[in-house]
Amino acid sequence: MSLLAALLSGLLFGLGLTVSGMVNPAKVLGFLDFAGHWDPSLALVMAAAIPVAALGFAVGHRRQAPLCAPAFAPPAKSRVDGRLAAGAVLFGIGWGLAGFCPGPALASLGFGGWRVVVFVAAMLAGMAAFRFVDRFVLTRPEIASAATQRP
Amino acid sequence: MENFTPWSSLAGGALIGLAAAVLWVGNGRIAGISGILGGLANARGNDSGWRVMFLAGLMAAPLLYALAVGIPVVSIAAGPLVLVAGGLLVGFGTRLGGGCTSGHGVCGIARLSRRSITATGLFIAAGAATVFIARHVVGG
Repeated sequence: MSLLAALLSGLLFGLGLTVSGMVNPAKVLGFLDFAGHWDPSLALVMAAAIPVAALGFAVGHRRQAPLCAPAFAPPAKSRVDGRLAAGAVLFGIGWGLAGFCPGPALASLGFGGWRVVVFVAAMLAGMAAFRFVDRFVLTRPEIASAATQRP
Repeated sequence: MENFTPWSSLAGGALIGLAAAVLWVGNGRIAGISGILGGLANARGNDSGWRVMFLAGLMAAPLLYALAVGIPVVSIAAGPLVLVAGGLLVGFGTRLGGGCTSGHGVCGIARLSRRSITATGLFIAAGAATVFIARHVVGG
């Protein structure tokens, strides 16, 4: 059942990205181009998505457990930190360069041509690079302690 | 604003919100694409199945739409080097920052998460600054 729920959610998500035109990088870049021919479409996508999602979280709040899984898995972190800010800025720069964020890139992988394949391959490499950096650089004890000992 | 498509944006957005609601109420999981994809790398046993199914649905839906309605427009102006740079930054940044447009921008804001509201403001600002420089400073 949980696999079916995940498949249904993925299908709805992919359909939503397609119907809204968000699979098209030109449209996303039109939103980010505030100084050009600004296209507010992405803002309306979020304006419609957020309250519907919030309804889902409100329904979840009234339940002990999800319908098809033993427990809810909310994000562990609640504080804004440097990693969050640095990651969001790096992601934003990449988003502005290519016009793709992860969802639309994966959704258009099957029909978008070689450019999408290049982007997704680089995105996977970026994720792998993060795993490497996170394991061997960011969490090395001497760096972690240097960070806490900084005046 | 000649390219503005308010009704299809609202309809598609509602579907995305519904997808997030289904995954939360059904599986108790956040519908964040970068997290679902990135989590596959260290998923153990029964934690990978739902990720694969979600991603399969995400990739299948536009193909079904293409069969029923027509192939969606995907217009990419960026050349290969820019796509590689953009992809690397998106992959690295979303994992470092713990989310992307879906996880922070839709789910996180719907949960009124301070982290997600901050992240969304930052990635839209960074994206807009990048487009401004690329189109109006360098390309202008």
